[in-house]
Amino acid sequence: MRVNGKGLIDRSRPVSFTFDGTRLQGFAGDTVASALLANDIRLMARSFKYHRPRGVLSAGSEEPNALITVKRGSDAEPNVRATVQEIYEGLEVRSQNAWPSLGFDALGVNDLAAPFFSAGFYYKTFMWPRAFWERVYEPLIRRAAGLGGVSGTASAAEYEKAFAFCDLLVIGAGPAGLMAALEAGRAGVDVILADEDVQAGGRLLSETHGVEGLSGSDWAARAIAELASMENVRIMARTTVTGAYDQSTFGALERVSQHHAPSKDAPRACFWRIVAKRSILAAGALERPVAFQNNDRPGIMTASAVRSYLNRWGVAPGRNVVVFGNNDDAHRTAHDLRAAGVHVAALVDSRPDARVTGDFPVFTGAQVCGSTGRQGLEAVTIRTQSGTEKIATECLAMSGGWNPSVHLTCHMNGRPEWRDDIASFVPKGGAIPGMVTAGACNGAFSTHGALAEGQAAAMETLEALGKKGAKSDLPDAEDTPYRMSPLWAVGGTGRAWLDFQNDVTVKDVKQAAKENFRSVEHMKRYTTQGMATDQGKNSNVNALAILADVTGRGIPETGTTTFRPPYSPVPIAAMGAGAQGKGFAPERLTTSHHSTVKRKAPMIEAGMWYRPSYFPVPGESHWRQSCDREVNMVRDTVGVCDVSTLGKIDVQGPDAAAFLDFVYTNTFSTLKPGRVRYGLMLREDGTVMDDGTTARLSDTHYVMTTTTAAAGAVMRHLEFVHQCLRPELDVSMISVTEQWAQFAVAGPKSRELLNGLLDMLIDNDSFPFMACGPVSVGGVDARLFRISFSGEHAYEIAVPARYGASLFEALNEKAAALGGGPYGMEALNVLRIEKGFITHAEIHGRVTAFDIGMERMISAKKDCIGQTMAARPGLLGAEREQLVGLKPIGAVKQLTAGAHLFDPENPATREHSEGYVTSVGFSPTMGVFLGMGFLKNGRARHGQTVKLVDHMRGIETLCEVHGPVLHDPEGGKTRG
Amino acid sequence: MRLICPVCGERDRREFYYMGDAVALQRPEPDAGAAEWDDYVHLRENPAGVTRDLWQHEAGCAAWIVVRRNTVTHEVLESVLATDLKGASA
Amino acid sequence: MGLSCMIRKGVRPVVELLAKSPAEGLLPYAKGAVELSELALGKAASIAPFKGQLDAVEKALGQGFPKVGRTTGHVVWFSQGQYLAIAMDIPDALGKYAAITDQSDAWCALELKGAAAEDVLARLVPIDLRQSQFKRGHCARTQLGHMPLHITRTGNDAFRLLSFRSMAGTMVHEISRAMDLLAARR
Repeated sequence: MRVNGKGLIDRSRPVSFTFDGTRLQGFAGDTVASALLANDIRLMARSFKYHRPRGVLSAGSEEPNALITVKRGSDAEPNVRATVQEIYEGLEVRSQNAWPSLGFDALGVNDLAAPFFSAGFYYKTFMWPRAFWERVYEPLIRRAAGLGGVSGTASAAEYEKAFAFCDLLVIGAGPAGLMAALEAGRAGVDVILADEDVQAGGRLLSETHGVEGLSGSDWAARAIAELASMENVRIMARTTVTGAYDQSTFGALERVSQHHAPSKDAPRACFWRIVAKRSILAAGALERPVAFQNNDRPGIMTASAVRSYLNRWGVAPGRNVVVFGNNDDAHRTAHDLRAAGVHVAALVDSRPDARVTGDFPVFTGAQVCGSTGRQGLEAVTIRTQSGTEKIATECLAMSGGWNPSVHLTCHMNGRPEWRDDIASFVPKGGAIPGMVTAGACNGAFSTHGALAEGQAAAMETLEALGKKGAKSDLPDAEDTPYRMSPLWAVGGTGRAWLDFQNDVTVKDVKQAAKENFRSVEHMKRYTTQGMATDQGKNSNVNALAILADVTGRGIPETGTTTFRPPYSPVPIAAMGAGAQGKGFAPERLTTSHHSTVKRKAPMIEAGMWYRPSYFPVPGESHWRQSCDREVNMVRDTVGVCDVSTLGKIDVQGPDAAAFLDFVYTNTFSTLKPGRVRYGLMLREDGTVMDDGTTARLSDTHYVMTTTTAAAGAVMRHLEFVHQCLRPELDVSMISVTEQWAQFAVAGPKSRELLNGLLDMLIDNDSFPFMACGPVSVGGVDARLFRISFSGEHAYEIAVPARYGASLFEALNEKAAALGGGPYGMEALNVLRIEKGFITHAEIHGRVTAFDIGMERMISAKKDCIGQTMAARPGLLGAEREQLVGLKPIGAVKQLTAGAHLFDPENPATREHSEGYVTSVGFSPTMGVFLGMGFLKNGRARHGQTVKLVDHMRGIETLCEVHGPVLHDPEGGKTRG
Repeated sequence: MRLICPVCGERDRREFYYMGDAVALQRPEPDAGAAEWDDYVHLRENPAGVTRDLWQHEAGCAAWIVVRRNTVTHEVLESVLATDLKGASA
Repeated sequence: MGLSCMIRKGVRPVVELLAKSPAEGLLPYAKGAVELSELALGKAASIAPFKGQLDAVEKALGQGFPKVGRTTGHVVWFSQGQYLAIAMDIPDALGKYAAITDQSDAWCALELKGAAAEDVLARLVPIDLRQSQFKRGHCARTQLGHMPLHITRTGNDAFRLLSFRSMAGTMVHEISRAMDLLAARR
C-alpha cells in the first residue's frame, strides 16, 4: 500500500511493468520489491526446498527469499533480487521455483513431507540402490529444489571487465563512508567511493532522523554533490565491492544497464579490479531476524526493511503492522509507521525492562511465538507473562539486533571478534592490510558514531598516505545508544527458520548437534546452513548462537562464520567478460593469411597462429587427395609454404657465440658467418626442450629459429639462462618473429623458382646447403637460408613483413608456372615423416637426446644446459624407448598416433607395452602409411616386427621397425 | 595478487611467469656430483611461510626477479633482480 | 656477411613487392569520444647497448637515452636494457656499441585518442594509466587483453599502442569492442 507524502520515489514518473504476466504500476525509484508491496503483493517466491510461500525479508542485496527472473528468452536473468532490481518501463518479472503458479505450487507437498527433509536428508535418504542415484534421485531433487532456471539459449548479453586505481577505496556510501570520502577528497587524495545502492546515503535514506538539520537523504545528496565536484574523487554507484584480495586489490561488480531496457552494446554489468593503496570499509550492518514458529510467511520481514519501504519508497507493507524486537532500534519502526498513519497493532519487546512509549499497544517481556495465514501473514501469536494472544496483522516487523557487515574483512582469512555488548561479531583490526573499518560495520550504530568513525578512518588513512587532512566539524546527528538483549529463537515446537534461502530451521541445527556435528563447519555442511547464495548473511550468527546453546558453549568458543568472496553473487559471465568468441585468445595471422583463405585452405590452429591444412584444387573432395598431391608436388617440382610462425630470435653481442654454446648441446662458436646449423636444446633435467636451425649472420650476430609451439618458452629460457646463470655474458636477445615474413620454397625446382624472382641469381656455389645470406627481391632487402624440412633441395626466404603478402603471391605465381604451388601443414607433416624429422610430437617433454638418436650432438668439449643430467643412469641405454620408423606389413586402413607397440607374441595389455606411436601419415612417395614412434631398444630392432594396437580406435596391425629416415637417406636431394 | 618488478614497479600478477625456488640461480659445476645436481634440479622445500622464488616479468620488461613472499600471509617482502644477485656488471 | 659469388642479373627487379600495413583496411574507427587509427611507425630499430657502452651509444647517436618507462626525443624505453628508436637514422658505427635490430615491421602501431581513451584502456590494460601517474611521454611494457603491449602516452588524451603485427586484427577487435561497450553506457 502506497503511503501519501512519504518516500524518495518520483511520483511524477509512473512506470509500468509486469509480474507473472500481470501489468502493474510503480514509480521511478522503485525496486521490484517496493513496487510489488505497493501493489499489495506479498507472495513473491517459493522457497528452495519446501516450496513454502515467501515474500521479502529485507530491503537490500542480502535478500534470501524474493528471487525473481527478469526479462525473457536468451535475455532472461534468473535469481535477481527483487529488492535490488529497479523497475523500468516494460520490465518483465517472473517468479521462480513454482509450478504451475506461484499461488498454487504443486511441489508445495514437499512442505507436508518436511519430516523427511530434515538435516542430512540427502545423506540418509538416497543411499540405495546405488544405481538410482544418477537416474532417479538426482534428477528428482534437482527438479524439486532449486533456484531460477537458465534459458537454455546462449545469452547475447554483454559484460565488461575493467581496472581502476586509487589512493583510497571507500566501500559504502552511508554516513561513515560519505564522511570518510569527504575528508579524504578534501585532502586531495585520489578516492573511489563505491556503493551497491543506486543512491548514496545508506541507512540515511531509510530513516527519519536527519543530519545537520537536513533530511538524511538531502544531507547525503549534498555530500555526493561536493564529492562529484572534486576531480580526485570517483563515485561508483550500483557497484558492490565483492571481494578483498592480496595487495589491496578489490573485486567489484557494477550493475551498468540492468536498470533500463536492454540496449545494443550496453554491458549488463562490469567487473572491476580496483587497486587501492588504502581502503576504508564502511559497509554498514544487517538486521537479523528472530527464529520463531513459521517466521517465514510473506509479510514477515525485518523491522529496518519496513522502515526502508515506508521512508524510502513510501510503501506500507501492510495496513496494520506488528513490531517485534529485542532492542530500542525496533521501536523506530513503530513510531515511523504511526507517524505515517499506518495502524500499529502491537509493539512486542522481548525485554521485560524495555522502555517504550507510543500511541499503540505495547507488550514488554513478550515474544511473538507463531504466525498463521495461507499465502501471507494473517495473524501472529504472542506469548506474554499472562498467556498467549492472537493478533491479526498483515505485516510483522522483526528485529533480533544488528550484525556488522564484516564480510570483506574475512576474505583474507581474518576472523572477526565477538562483542558481547552488541551480541555480534566485529572486524578484527588488520584483517585486510591497509584497511580501516568505520561505522556500523565496526559496531558503531548511531549516525553520529558513523560520521565520527568515518572521519577518524579518513584521518588515519591520510596519515598513512603521508597527507595532512584538515579535520572538519562533525555534522550534528543522532547519537542514540544501541540497547539490546540477545534473543535468538523463541521456544516452541514447530519449525522456526534460520536460513530462509536454504530452508534450514532451528530444529535442523539442533539435530546436527545431536548427531555430533558440533563443529560449526560440520554443522554448516550437514544442514547447508549459510551455504545459499546469501552466504548466511541473515542467519549465520543466529545459527551459531543456537549451536552454542545446544552444545553448552559460548558463541566465541563455538566458532566464527567464515565469509568468502563474493559478498554478493557475481555472474561468471562478468568475470569472463570478453573471453568468449574472438576474445578467447588472440588470433595470430601470417601475412599470407588472406591469400590462403581466398584459396579455400582450411585453417588449423598452431598455438595462437592460424596455418593452412592444405590447399584444395578443383576435383579434390578429400583432404588426403590434396595432401598427396602437395607432397608429390614438393618431391617433383616445387612447393611454397609460409613458415613465418616459427620463432625467430635475434641474438647479438660480443658473447653471443659463447651464449649459444651454453644453451645448445652442440657448438655454434665454430659456425662460420653465412652458415646455418641445426641445434638441439635441452632442459636442465636432460630432456629435449626444442630444436631448430640457427644462422650466423656475423661474428656477433645470430638468428635462432625455434618451433612454432615453443617460441615463447625458448625466449623465456634464453632470458633465464642469461640473467640467472650467465649474466657476465655480453649478449642481448629480441624476437624478430614478427619482423620477417618467411617462406619455405622446397623441391627440385626451388632454385629455378627463386632465380625467377631474386634481383641476383644464386647457384650451388654461392648458396650451398646450409648457407645463408642477404639477397634482394624486388629491390627489397631479404634473407635467404638454404635449409630443408622436407628432404628436398629447399630454401627459406624472409622479407620484412610488410612485403609478405606480396611475396607470397609472387612465389605462388612462379611456382605455378613450374608445376608447383602452395602446400599446407598436412603435406609438411608427411614430408618430414618420410625424412624422419622430428617435431614436438616426438620431443614431447619426456624424451632425451639419446632417445632421438642425437646423444652425439651433446658436445663433451663444453658445458651446456642439460649436459650433466642427460648423462644420468636411466636416461641412456637399451631400456629407453628410442625413436624408430614404422611401416605396416600388408594392407592397413591407417596407422594412428597414440597407438602402443607390442611384441607380436604378447597380449596387447599395458604391462606389455614396449612403446608408442607419435606421428603417422600416408606417404604418397612410398605408397604406404608411415609412422614414427618410440620403441624399447628400438635402434637395435630395425627389421623386427612389432604389433601396433590402438584400443580406442580398434586398430591392430603388424609393423616393420626401421630407421626414422626413409626418404633419400643419403641426403643427395637436399644438397643437390 | 601484485608483485613488484624492480624495473617497472608494482604490477598485476598476470604479467609474471612463475618458475619456482630461487635455488635455480645456484647452478652446480658439471662435476659437482649426482647428489648436488639432484638437489639442484629436483629437490625443493615447500614451506608454509617465507619463500624465495624466481619470477619473470614476462609481459613487461622481461627481467627475471627473485621475490621473497610469505605464502601464509600473502605478503610480498622483497623483489630483487636476478642479475643483481648474481653480481654481474650491467 | 658477404657472399662471394653473386651474379648481377639486370638493373630492373623482376617483381615489384607491395607493402601492406599491419592493420590495413581495418581502421580508422570512431565511437563515442574516442578514435582509433593506425600509425605509420616508419623505420624502427631496437637498440640494446653492450655492457658499459651506453655512453658511447648516446654519443654516437647524439642524444641521451631515456630512463625506464620514459621517452627522450625519438627514443623510447622498450624493455630491460633495450630502447626503440622510432623514425630515426641509425649510423652503422652504432653496431660496435649496441645490438641493433630492425623492428620496423614487427609491430602494429595504433593511436587511441579522445576524452575517453583512458577509460577504454582501463578495460584492457592492467596498469595504472591515471594522468597523474602516467604522464605524456611515459611508456610501459604490459598487456592489452592477452596481447603484449608497449604503450606510450603521447598527449593528454592520446596513446600510442604497439603490439605484435600478427595480432593486429585482434587488437582492433578488442579495442573497438571496448569502445562500443563504453559508448553504450547511459
